[in-house]
Amino acid sequence: MSPRFDVGARVNVRRGNPPGHIRTPYYIRGKSGTVERICGEFRNPEELAYGRSGEPKQVLYRVRFVQKELWPAYTGPANDTIDVELYEHWLEPPQ
Amino acid sequence: MRGIHDIGGLQAGPVERVEHDYQLWEKRVDALMVLLSRKKRFTVDELRKGIESLPGDAYDRLTYYERWIGSIASALVHRGTISIEELRTKLADIEKRPEGPTPPGAVAEP
Repeated sequence: MSPRFDVGARVNVRRGNPPGHIRTPYYIRGKSGTVERICGEFRNPEELAYGRSGEPKQVLYRVRFVQKELWPAYTGPANDTIDVELYEHWLEPPQ
Repeated sequence: MRGIHDIGGLQAGPVERVEHDYQLWEKRVDALMVLLSRKKRFTVDELRKGIESLPGDAYDRLTYYERWIGSIASALVHRGTISIEELRTKLADIEKRPEGPTPPGAVAEP
């Protein structure tokens, strides 16, 4: 499976609130970041959690976000960032 | 809905930066998880799912490895690896032990 997003691409994190085992933290949903690296492809943990095969594998990305854009009251330096590892099915191209 | 465990960014008070010994039973729970994973009986994802599915009051009340053993036991019963009857019988045996279910000072050798 070839990655849908390249390193350096802007991506939005889906805003979904599905039930079940979710690997995308609540605080990052609906936010925009930049693909920092492609970590590889792995069996989908959201399926593995229910004892299923986790196939097809999902591409995992490390996405970089600006802290000030995540936390309105952030008092650290403006160029502080946080990296979050997210599976492809949680990412969308910018609107 | 935000999961009970998904607390990133919420106020949680200060972090207690203290080292502590693990009790023997806690090490055994950890070892059980390693064994089940190696033998492909269980995945860390199922462990997480079971922990996240604990009712809110149980999640808050239980300690780290209590959450683990709750999740592992429920998954093994669900999968048929052990039966509820076996689990009940064993728990009843343990409660009959003279030292009780969790002997004080039962800290594993370093």
